[in-house]
Amino acid sequence: MLKDEDRIFKNLYNDLGWDIDSAINRGDWIHTKDLISKGKEWIIKEIKDSELRGRGGAGFPTGLKLSFAPKNVSTRPHYLVINADESEPGTCKDRDILRFEAQKLIEGCLITSYAIGAHTCYIYIRGEYVREGQRLQEAITQAYNKKFIGKNACDSGWDLDIHIHYGAGAYICGEETALLESLEGKKGLPRLKPPFPALVGLYGCPTIVNNVETIAVVPTILKRGAKWFASLGKPKNTGTKIFCISGDVNSPCNVEEEMGIPLKDLIEKHGGGVIGGWNNLQAVIPGGSSMPLLPKSICETITMDFDSLIKAKSGLGTAGVVVINKDHDIIKCIARIAKFYKHESCGQCTPCREGCGWMWRMLERMADGEGTHKEIDLLYDVTKQIEGHTICAFGEGSAWPVQGLIRHFRKEIEKRSHEEPLVKKKSNIPYLIDQHILEKDNA
Amino acid sequence: MSIKKLSKIQPQSFEFSKDNLQKAEEEIKKYPKDRKASAVMALLYLAQNQNDNWIPLAGIKYVANLLGIPYIQVYEVTTFYSMFNLSPVGKYFVQVCTTTPCMLRGAKKIVDVCKKHISKNQNELSENKTCSWVEVECLGACANAPMMQINQDYFEDLDENKTEEIVQSLLKGKLPAPGSARNRKSTAPEKERKTLLQGKNA
Repeated sequence: MLKDEDRIFKNLYNDLGWDIDSAINRGDWIHTKDLISKGKEWIIKEIKDSELRGRGGAGFPTGLKLSFAPKNVSTRPHYLVINADESEPGTCKDRDILRFEAQKLIEGCLITSYAIGAHTCYIYIRGEYVREGQRLQEAITQAYNKKFIGKNACDSGWDLDIHIHYGAGAYICGEETALLESLEGKKGLPRLKPPFPALVGLYGCPTIVNNVETIAVVPTILKRGAKWFASLGKPKNTGTKIFCISGDVNSPCNVEEEMGIPLKDLIEKHGGGVIGGWNNLQAVIPGGSSMPLLPKSICETITMDFDSLIKAKSGLGTAGVVVINKDHDIIKCIARIAKFYKHESCGQCTPCREGCGWMWRMLERMADGEGTHKEIDLLYDVTKQIEGHTICAFGEGSAWPVQGLIRHFRKEIEKRSHEEPLVKKKSNIPYLIDQHILEKDNA
Repeated sequence: MSIKKLSKIQPQSFEFSKDNLQKAEEEIKKYPKDRKASAVMALLYLAQNQNDNWIPLAGIKYVANLLGIPYIQVYEVTTFYSMFNLSPVGKYFVQVCTTTPCMLRGAKKIVDVCKKHISKNQNELSENKTCSWVEVECLGACANAPMMQINQDYFEDLDENKTEEIVQSLLKGKLPAPGSARNRKSTAPEKERKTLLQGKNA
């Protein structure tokens, strides 16, 4: 288990106070000027050496991303945008950073903004987090008052303004280009890439978009050194990560742990174990709702890092661990996730807009025992037609959980389904995807 | 995508109060001068708060006018984002999260309490016209599931009885204290906490 001294977020549970003075006592805003005076190249190199990977879901190397910003600022200003639109079901880590460790985020904003040449930083926070936003605004004001940000921030000679922008309940705005559209005052429809935001982003200017947790760990990495951070976890999967443990565990919680911790340890040690005991475990969604679930057999040995989970055909995502025990109907659980995606699809690409609804309706029917064996393959085909055929990664996010279900729980679906197609029986099923084949003439 | 119904009853006109107009100007200042449209969501929130938690058509036109953009652009934004209400909701607006992590921990029971005590269907006002409820997607407090949001506050770690208490209190016109129903400390594990012990004992 990770030692307490190696935890970055010491105030994760607000034991020590969220205000700026308490934060300074914990080591925030110390030596910030010195770090900045070491220069952009040094900052980006340290982050590269630490092998920090983005904490928002995709796991893209952060140092590399920062280096994509043009070296020199032309007539177009650079922007730093923080993605605090935390909406992935199973994930609630950024909320705690915003509430209790806001100074780490603000300090990270200053250092990163300097490294990419930005004088303005927008924090895009989900609309539901009203109280968290108010807290963050207070924290920002406190930092302004101490002259840590604003004109000549921390006496470094760099000017930085930080603004909060509230979203309004659209999951898709967690996708970086949709977020930028939303920041520009439009509907959150993802943009075609390339061009990537690093060159053409907010208002057509070079923009770096990063997750809250990613930026909040930057100051600690620079202060304690890339070597320290890289010594934790596994190669290419370094450092610590906040895991959110929810669902059927005795003690749901957020906890900061080393990358690569065995999933079983995480659930048993921190989550208080599965309700009804480990043998009552049915499946675990390891990285927020978009990631395919893992059956118990894989959960026994899997470690929680990007590469191990990819090997197991899942992913670390946002590290939102949702535990499902045998008391729940696994098909219903995934059907509910499919309903979530149906609700949240932005509607821009046809495969996703239509397909998400199809997947949801088919899964609901399968859960109710109204599916046929043939339809399982049809459902799989639908997921394959969505995946990779949309502008943004929402297509994958909606298709993967369903693929995971079919991969690991096909027998369960088959058990409940029957051979006879419904049309022959002429039963009136409200969820049938193609309503027209219910009509006699077409049957 | 959600389907939104415009209210049939619409006020004739809408304009910001003096206070809100000032707030709106501050919001606009956050963005570059030629990018006023960025403030549209912030202004819509102000309009919604001023108008009992829903945005009338006149408000949409007013915001468009203030930002110098076509009103259809503002209308598009209001219909796209689920948090903008285009018809009246209760003074106490209850949003129950029913996505999988909450569902696993009994969100259905919370919904049943709302059905029983507030209104049979979602988006309907309670008998005394002060409350309405709606099922929503993940509110991002999964470690404290099941939970619901009432106006701006999160009510976490709920169970049937506690929800009933909260709802009864709302119907009597009183908003109870937000947070964990079990007085739990944020997202810390309730049993056998093993981390950050120095802080715990501090």
